[in-house]
Amino acid sequence: MIAAALCFFAQSFLGYRAVALLLLLLVSMLAIVFDILPVLVSALLSAVIWNFLFIPPVLTFHIASPEDALLFLMYFVIALVNAVLTSRIRKAEKKAIEQDEKEHTIQLYNTLLNSLSHELRTPIATIISAIDALKDNRNKLTENTRVDLLNEIDIASMRLTAQVENLLNMSRLQSGFLKLKLDWCDVNELVFHAIQKVYLNTTQQSVQFAPDEQFPLYKLDAGLIEQVLLNILSNAIQYTPDDTIITIKAVSTPTHLVITISDTGHGFPNTELTNVFDTFYRLPNSKTGGTGLGLSIAKGYVEAHGGSIALHNNPTQGATFTILLPCEYSSINSITHE
Amino acid sequence: MNKPLILIIDDEPQIRKLLEISLETNDYKVLKAETAKEGITQAANHPPDAILLDLGLPDKSGHILLQELRDWYNKPIIIISATNTEDDIVKALDNGATDYLTKPFRTGELLARLRSALRWGQTVEPSGITTIGELQLDSIARTVKKNNQLLKLTSTEYNLLVLFAKNEGKVLTHQYILKEIWGVGYQSETQYLRVFVGQLRRKIEDNPNQPEHIITESGIGYRLM
Repeated sequence: MIAAALCFFAQSFLGYRAVALLLLLLVSMLAIVFDILPVLVSALLSAVIWNFLFIPPVLTFHIASPEDALLFLMYFVIALVNAVLTSRIRKAEKKAIEQDEKEHTIQLYNTLLNSLSHELRTPIATIISAIDALKDNRNKLTENTRVDLLNEIDIASMRLTAQVENLLNMSRLQSGFLKLKLDWCDVNELVFHAIQKVYLNTTQQSVQFAPDEQFPLYKLDAGLIEQVLLNILSNAIQYTPDDTIITIKAVSTPTHLVITISDTGHGFPNTELTNVFDTFYRLPNSKTGGTGLGLSIAKGYVEAHGGSIALHNNPTQGATFTILLPCEYSSINSITHE
Repeated sequence: MNKPLILIIDDEPQIRKLLEISLETNDYKVLKAETAKEGITQAANHPPDAILLDLGLPDKSGHILLQELRDWYNKPIIIISATNTEDDIVKALDNGATDYLTKPFRTGELLARLRSALRWGQTVEPSGITTIGELQLDSIARTVKKNNQLLKLTSTEYNLLVLFAKNEGKVLTHQYILKEIWGVGYQSETQYLRVFVGQLRRKIEDNPNQPEHIITESGIGYRLM
């Protein structure tokens, strides 16, 4: 319509036949953006508008000269063919993209199956063989061996639990139904909670955090951010040497909460820094016990908050994860008059 | 001493069996039910000292069973469930559940929760003095002592501690605490709750960063141990 109005002005110095080409151009451009139906409608509409506004006698649907009648018919046919062809091309493109996505999904699925069959079957195999040993050789086992076997079952079950938890988190993320439960959150408490949980699985590394009592409250999904911290911490603990020091820092700005987690381990190969957040990605030659899901879940949860997560190697030793979360903050941190 | 009677309502035979073994070896008596219908009959015929309730039952939603039980049963009900969405848990707590555990859980954790749930409702002594670990609440003088040292609490901090103390071993949801302390209309003012819990912890906990009394249940609420 707007184009038609513009063309109306153009008509004075272009002539009404040139206007037809302009309208045709417009219809072709619409075909790039929109679906078949709106394009067909606009082709029809523009033909009618052209006829009504431009072909003499103007402001009637009547066409005076046979030449114009032919032109009108041709305009109409070209606009239609244009619309149909463009939409066919787009359909073909869409199909190609879908095919690509399907292949990508199949590939991911295969990686998942491989990873799963290993990471789930190993602990199950441990549990089953430990139980067989306990049942079948009841009289031959020493008390020490019995305790050892029971401990193996314990470790394997905890490992299985952690993997299932990871898978559930991942499917929660990928279902697209993840709804944030934003609430005011004491960041110090959140960090300490995560540290406490990590310490439950006896660790050799030390995790350090110096809380600031005046730290403002931030509005975020505490459950998810705790999971983010847990996943990064567990990753650090699993892949760094025993004497490593892991330091957590929280920095507050009026618009963002910044949490950094650095370690004094071996750092990451520079070529792998961006890959570590990919789903199912595992560093080459990394030891068993992970599915390549932890950091990818961390990234997903941070991004669900509209934030970002980055990894870089420290100048001297180890690596630092930086979590940037845009969120509302409240500076009310002491109320003493009530 | 009489052994406390625990009713397990869970449709999984393996879970029922293992819970029974763990509880019986720890001096509890056990009743078992595998459906909601059987559960309510058992509870009516032999009123237990506490109920362990699975939310995913075959014949009826555990949430509905919980409400039906709460019409007449006022002893602890601990939810044991494999679906652990925060919404589910908050709903169960608001419907009168005392506590919750998500499967899988360690037996030690279950026994600790059960012990503190069984203490629930028995903490307020006629003398007006309540003892929680090294803390002493005097509800007549409205004072709190820690290791016999008088603590300076503001009136809101005191009210909050009393609310926790009255519900020792029970998980209180954010909504519930806000309603009880600040009244209807303040249920979304969780920032005040965070601030007061932080202040209270700094006064009553040995290490406020690793609290032993006021425990946070992420996204759900708090419990006093």
